[in-house]
Amino acid sequence: MTSQLHEASQPLLEVRGATVNIDGRDILRDVNFSINHGEFTGLIGSNGAGKTTLFRVILGLQRQVTGSVLVHGEPITRANRSIGYVPQKVLFDPDLPIRARDLVALGADGHRYGLSRRPRALHAAVDEMLDAVDAGSFADRRVGGLSGGEQQRVLVAHALISRPELLLLDEPLANLDPGSVEEIIALLHRVSQRQRVAILLSAHEMNPLLPVMDRVVYVANGHVASGTTDEVVRPSVLSALYGHHVDVLRVHGRVLVVATALPVGPAPSDQHPEFVVE
Amino acid sequence: MFASFMTNAWLSGTVVALLAGAVGFFVVVRGASFAAHAIPNGAFAGAAGAYLVGMNPLVGLVSFALLSALGIGVTSRRVRNDVATALSLVAMLALGAAFLSASLIYEPTINALLFGEILGVSSAQLWPVLVLGALSVLALGWLYRPLVYTSVAPELARARGVNATLVDVLFLAVVALATALTVPVVGALLTFSLMIGPPAAARVLVARPGLAIALSVALSVLTVWVSIAASYTFNLPIGFFVGVLGASLYLAARVFARRRVSDSVTYRA
Repeated sequence: MTSQLHEASQPLLEVRGATVNIDGRDILRDVNFSINHGEFTGLIGSNGAGKTTLFRVILGLQRQVTGSVLVHGEPITRANRSIGYVPQKVLFDPDLPIRARDLVALGADGHRYGLSRRPRALHAAVDEMLDAVDAGSFADRRVGGLSGGEQQRVLVAHALISRPELLLLDEPLANLDPGSVEEIIALLHRVSQRQRVAILLSAHEMNPLLPVMDRVVYVANGHVASGTTDEVVRPSVLSALYGHHVDVLRVHGRVLVVATALPVGPAPSDQHPEFVVE
Repeated sequence: MFASFMTNAWLSGTVVALLAGAVGFFVVVRGASFAAHAIPNGAFAGAAGAYLVGMNPLVGLVSFALLSALGIGVTSRRVRNDVATALSLVAMLALGAAFLSASLIYEPTINALLFGEILGVSSAQLWPVLVLGALSVLALGWLYRPLVYTSVAPELARARGVNATLVDVLFLAVVALATALTVPVVGALLTFSLMIGPPAAARVLVARPGLAIALSVALSVLTVWVSIAASYTFNLPIGFFVGVLGASLYLAARVFARRRVSDSVTYRA
């Protein structure tokens, strides 16, 4: 579902040969992928695979990185306005005197020093963003008193208010019940189309994302494979990524990545393989 | 209690209350109560040191309060924040004890430093108090949005380009200034009760940040006015009244907020 409005050949985000080495250990190795305008990309990998680190790289918060990360062909900087970020979990004190709408407004001017009246246009933009994520009904409640799903929406509105071209969402589906998962994916898909914003969403389960995902960036063992789901989610590609044999099963429109617990090599054919479902 | 010699008490008390109410809001929201307890003890050591060498106590108060704030800010980058604050608190108390025993201060002066004294600010010191107070309020206004942002969601603020460490250090410096001005009036041991009680009550009562600050300032001024009057009438230290009123305000606000919630639930049902 690439937006037809941006036909520039240049991708929105381009990661070329990025390696992150922290304390002598490669967290990510030679990562290559790109994201085009308006695309919905799933960043798939198990816990600890390096998804959050990759986000920190894109946000310019990760210093120990070699290779290049380009936005609009320019090297990444901190506080890039064209990138919005929704972290996995923000802990809000229930007594905090900050309403949902106050948090969203901070996304627009929270980095500015000095006192000045908030322009009327900002209040209008806050309302617009809250409506875009169906958060209008609890806009005047304290963020700390909202449910996890409600806070998620407010955080998306907070990220959208700086009108980013790329929205990074760190595990937004974790800790949500299945009904809310579908709801938030539909909402993000709608937001990405209406606001013409590309989405990079990390998750350890790709199935809920299959209907909306244009591309997948698969992380395992510090390595990354990217492309359309059909290009990446194949036995040959994922086996190379994991370093041992992996099968891909398609059942009722769902994808199961199934790994034998044995290392690659001439395995005894009569041995019954153990299956691990990712 | 409105005699001319009390004019400075009312004036300085009001300035201090305005400042503590505003600064205290951020102390409570940022969870920096422990720092607000430690820094006044630094100020106390500074005042004791100033008496020892025969300097203006305000100079000692300001410089040592700033030193404690800086100590907390710098150490907390290496060790856990509460440990850094405790270390600063302990070091300053020790210094204060040494300064006190080495100098020949009258016991009432020590008492005043610890528990407050309504005549704690003399006419000679009123102007510096006004100027430093105004400076602190200006600094707070300038820092306002990044301060709220880093208090609410530091990770989001950082991703948006706010230098959270810088904001933290600057804020601690403002706490130090406010503290240095408050200690002579309310006393080192109870200064932080003025910075905690009114804002803690305010944030329970209202949900909007700007309104919560205004209410915090109003409650703080009310606390100090009542305390000055009571201290004058009953001849007890002002710090006692500030401490008791601060805690009572918070309890009352909690009860009120709970009742309001249960009322609205009944109403909806």
